[in-house]
Amino acid sequence: MAAVDDLQFEEFGDVATSLAANPNATTISIEDPDETPKHLPGPPRGSGREEDDELLGNDDSDKTELLAGQKKSSPFWTFEYYQTFFDVDTYQVFDRIKGSLLPIPGKNFVRLYIRSNPDLYGPFWICATLVFAIAISGNLSNFLIHLGEKTYHYVPEFRKVSIAATIIYAYAWLVPLALWGFLMWRNSKVMNIVSYSFLEIVCVYGYSLFIYIPTAILWIIPQKAVRWILVTIALGISGSVLAMTFWPAVREDNRRIALATIVTIVLLHMLLSVGCLLSIVFWSGFFWMQHPQQKSRMTRASWKTDGGWHRVPTCGWCCTEAEAPV
Amino acid sequence: MRSRIREFDNSTLNESVRNTIMRDLKAVGKKFMHVLYPRRSNTLLRDWDLWGPLILCVTLALMLQKGSVDNEKDGGPQFAEVFVIVWFGAVTITLNSKLLGGNISFFQSLCVLGYCILPLTVAMLICRLVLLAEAGPVNFMVRLFVVIVMFAWSVVASTAFLADSQPPNRKVLAVYPVFLFYFIISWMILTFTPE
Repeated sequence: MAAVDDLQFEEFGDVATSLAANPNATTISIEDPDETPKHLPGPPRGSGREEDDELLGNDDSDKTELLAGQKKSSPFWTFEYYQTFFDVDTYQVFDRIKGSLLPIPGKNFVRLYIRSNPDLYGPFWICATLVFAIAISGNLSNFLIHLGEKTYHYVPEFRKVSIAATIIYAYAWLVPLALWGFLMWRNSKVMNIVSYSFLEIVCVYGYSLFIYIPTAILWIIPQKAVRWILVTIALGISGSVLAMTFWPAVREDNRRIALATIVTIVLLHMLLSVGCLLSIVFWSGFFWMQHPQQKSRMTRASWKTDGGWHRVPTCGWCCTEAEAPV
Repeated sequence: MRSRIREFDNSTLNESVRNTIMRDLKAVGKKFMHVLYPRRSNTLLRDWDLWGPLILCVTLALMLQKGSVDNEKDGGPQFAEVFVIVWFGAVTITLNSKLLGGNISFFQSLCVLGYCILPLTVAMLICRLVLLAEAGPVNFMVRLFVVIVMFAWSVVASTAFLADSQPPNRKVLAVYPVFLFYFIISWMILTFTPE
């Protein structure tokens, strides 16, 4: 069996030879010095996943592969079970965010960054930040549209936070669930070499939403062209991260089904981005239309001083010269 | 809602009510002082209590509540919303820091997060006073400056107490939700407009 082990380690390249020389020292150095070790040292699991995809990365990759077999040893009703989902360091989270911002063709996000260590920290807090970024930027863009009007009464529109939260968290959890179920079903029919666990899919979706946070903040700029460009860029980047992640998982399958899957993923993503981000502007315009204090029917081109400036609301997006309802 | 250290003292059962209340008030006041001048001390962590956070949260929620029910649907946060945000936000941050491997207890963390709302409550008081004057850009700039300063103070104060309990390579991961939490409360304070 020693020959087989040598062959397995040789696949990884130079990095693994140092680990093979002293495996025990490696596993001890991984543990945090402040805590009692959560993982019992055990035999490293031979990984069959590396046969197909090209393995790119740094030294941590092989260490986490060795420890991958020791995860999730606690039963699900203990606190330690859930701690395994938050077993990431600061630099790992930053690396994953960077990977979601710079999709490079040929590099799989899951293989390169997640490496059998999916975390729930990223998806949860990125979604939370995105919810508040959307709510705040919607509020601000609404405020800026009506800047300088004495009759305008500012309200914080606080209820929209809950709507945005529901949409985003539902997207971040239900779509991965559906996709995982679909991939499992196809896996039973066609033998795919690459398969992802549910948490890895949640992780990819969560990190791919990160690009929308700066997009939502930059949406305060009330220029149509700028907004369209921002949405296109964000959709392009996150859509390509998702597409490149899931293409290896479906390419063994029937050509049409594989293409349909990828197209569906990208379409859903587009639906989220366009629907959710556009609704910031629609909400502000919609709210304005129903404001009881608005009485004037001026178009944007003309102004009238009547003890104060009166401006016509626009929906800010598609209507440039809308008239307010009386 | 007191820590276990006090319970060993049997003689507190026979003392007058005034003594009990004064002792608790002094403990709360001492913790307020610790928040206002944050140093790396363990007093907040050792003798935790939740009276201070409760007083601060109720005060903040009362002041943030909109007086009229004119635009109920699109108005500001109501009392219950502020209350829920503060307490569920604190619970979420505490769970997050424990899941990341911090060795702080649940109620200690709630205590620290609750007490560090004090600068933002002071900011709310100042904003309400400033809003009594005439509205305008100067008014807004003053309020913005006050809220930013108090927000920074809250974050620095809570980080001073919470940072030591985290593993060293995860400090940023544990501090970021605190930053987000106080940012949201600051946003609610800044955007408050009286009817």
